[in-house]
Amino acid sequence: MPLITYREALKNALSEEIERDENVFILGEEVAQYNGAYKVTEGLWKKYGDKRVVDTPISEAGFIGMGIGAAMLGLRPVIELMFWSFAYVGFDQIVNNAGCVRYMSGGLVNLPLVIRGPANGGTNVGATHSHTPENLLATTPGLKVVTPATAYDAKGLMKTAIRDNDPVMVMENTLLYGEKWEVPDEEYLVPLGVADVKRQGNDITLIAHGRAVITCLKAAELLAAEHKISAEVIDLRSIRPLDEGTLLDSVRKTHRAVVVEENKPFCGVGAQIASTLQEAIFDELDAPVGRVSSLDGPAIYSPPLEKKQLPDAARVIAKVLDLC
Amino acid sequence: METLAHPADAAINRRLTKEEKIRFLREMFRIRRFEQTSLKYYNLGKMGGFLHLYSGQEAVAIGTVSLLGENDHLVTAYRDHGHALAVGMDMKACMAELFGKATGCSKGKGGSMHFFAPDKKFWGGHGIVGGQTPLGLGLAFGLKYKGLRGCCLCYLGDGAVNQGTFHESLNVAALFKLPVIYIIENNGYSMGTSQKRSSSFQEALAKRAEGYDMVWDVFKGEDVYEVRAKTQIAIDRAHNDSEPTLLEIQTYRYYGHSVADANAKKYRTPEEIERYKANHDPIRIWSRRLMEEGILTETQIENIDVEAKEETNDAVKFAEGSPFPSEDEILSDVYWEVDHQTDAAKYGRYFFNS
Ligand SMILES: Cc1ncc(C[n+]2csc(CCOP(=O)(O)OP(=O)(O)O)c2C)c(N)n1
Ligand SMILES: [Mg+2]
Repeated sequence: MPLITYREALKNALSEEIERDENVFILGEEVAQYNGAYKVTEGLWKKYGDKRVVDTPISEAGFIGMGIGAAMLGLRPVIELMFWSFAYVGFDQIVNNAGCVRYMSGGLVNLPLVIRGPANGGTNVGATHSHTPENLLATTPGLKVVTPATAYDAKGLMKTAIRDNDPVMVMENTLLYGEKWEVPDEEYLVPLGVADVKRQGNDITLIAHGRAVITCLKAAELLAAEHKISAEVIDLRSIRPLDEGTLLDSVRKTHRAVVVEENKPFCGVGAQIASTLQEAIFDELDAPVGRVSSLDGPAIYSPPLEKKQLPDAARVIAKVLDLC
Repeated sequence: METLAHPADAAINRRLTKEEKIRFLREMFRIRRFEQTSLKYYNLGKMGGFLHLYSGQEAVAIGTVSLLGENDHLVTAYRDHGHALAVGMDMKACMAELFGKATGCSKGKGGSMHFFAPDKKFWGGHGIVGGQTPLGLGLAFGLKYKGLRGCCLCYLGDGAVNQGTFHESLNVAALFKLPVIYIIENNGYSMGTSQKRSSSFQEALAKRAEGYDMVWDVFKGEDVYEVRAKTQIAIDRAHNDSEPTLLEIQTYRYYGHSVADANAKKYRTPEEIERYKANHDPIRIWSRRLMEEGILTETQIENIDVEAKEETNDAVKFAEGSPFPSEDEILSDVYWEVDHQTDAAKYGRYFFNS
């Protein structure tokens, strides 16, 4: 299978869907002539032109809302946010309009749209540019949220998101854009709401999403090599809908779990999962559900400090050793 | 309102002493050298994140800030090093911030885009495009509320004019008669997008003020005299009548949008950049004036530049020799009450690290 970058995988997904469906178009800042701030849309404007790849002014509330309005008429906008942090300028559009219109119309309206872009810390861009709103947006019934951790999942989830008839928030990671994974040439889809067991194990389940999955895979290797602990790693892939079945099956087997995320701890995705586990399979648990998150302050700029703020393999291992 | 044959003849400029004029030159050189030096160390991997350089725009910050008095404040966006140095922030602390050090102006927590100096009435350094524009409104509101004769200069870019918050701010500024002066530093581009591709406008971006019944002006930002003369009119209006103004100052940035701008040389021609440097460079223009006025010789000007360069090198030494913040700094400066261990901080849990 060819090895391609996470960035190329996303681009291929966009390109294939633009070709497949005439209603699919891309909208955002610097997506066309500049080729995308992070080059995810590189070459697409040249290939598909002004109609399908649209540069916007710096008006997030305006162009997110425009995408929502266009989706009302059945278009399928893929709205790029240069950073998910800039969604905060358009939060009303996302939550009140994309999130609530279907419900408030008694099901008369549906909004087939995607909002995508990077949502991550770790690049020293400071507190205003390092937000990770997967938990925030997943609190809105009506919105879906996915967080691909590999190129394979990025492509498969993006294609599914574009075909989905509800608003899907795709949260990517600038630190993964240049990383390579095997991605098949032939078409495939990754369904929303299906987690992926990225590594099999018996002693403990590490549950993660986004780049934290990569951290957990590293930790699992070290746990096996240095501590003879066999860790299973589950990549949620999709935050809402959430694949509870895969999580419960795994923890029924391992009886222990640590939820790892690069988000802040308060009401994070890990909090939801810990709650699910204790409620559903309390008797199966041999230890409290552990959590590893970013240290609970705004994102610090100082590069070596930001490294410490984000969860790393060492912190995951320490938490596992606490529980095993 | 005085009509002037030449901005140098404006009262505000006629009053300038030789020393003040020399200081403007020194300050512009300091900004220019600071940016060049930070670029060098950024490229050496000593800094992270973004670095948005101000080179080419110096006369805007120096000219406008030179007019500020006791109750005059300012707030800007992420391209903030020029404003920071113009208000007198310590160059060493600014450089240390870029290096992410504990001795930085924000203790290494904010980085390049988020410099602050409330003691100098400089309220940031804001990373979100347009995010500072309502803050300018609030600072002006605060001044009026307190009965102080002052104003707030709020800077933004030609791309930022298309954020909704800016339009909301313009309306409120005019409606409430607030002493805020919005200064569009129009350098022609927002990242890789030219003004023509980002804004629907006629003649000038600042003309949008008319929709809000606000006075506006547009002028060149390459000559300190002109910047001062035209900005002073807006400051007088704010001070005397508590009326806002929208200014558009035409300028240019020499480097890419940020150092990470992969297309810096694609969306504009090298000739365009060279033309600006050759004919409109604010430091060259001011140097020429000071020579024409017999205030400085070419050698003296060179010496000022050398001093500025040495100062930035000292700032780098200071930054390199400074420690990184300690790990517990990640969780301080989040809440005032917690930092000060007040009674309010005694109840309930604030931080949720497990
Ligand atoms: C809300 C928001 N959207 C997008 C960005 C990314 N961004 C940062 S600066 C910039 C261009 C702004 O251009 P302009 O306002 O002309 O200011 P200049 O950089 O020229 O000083 C963009 C798109 C951001 N920081 N915040
Ligand atoms: Mg600009």
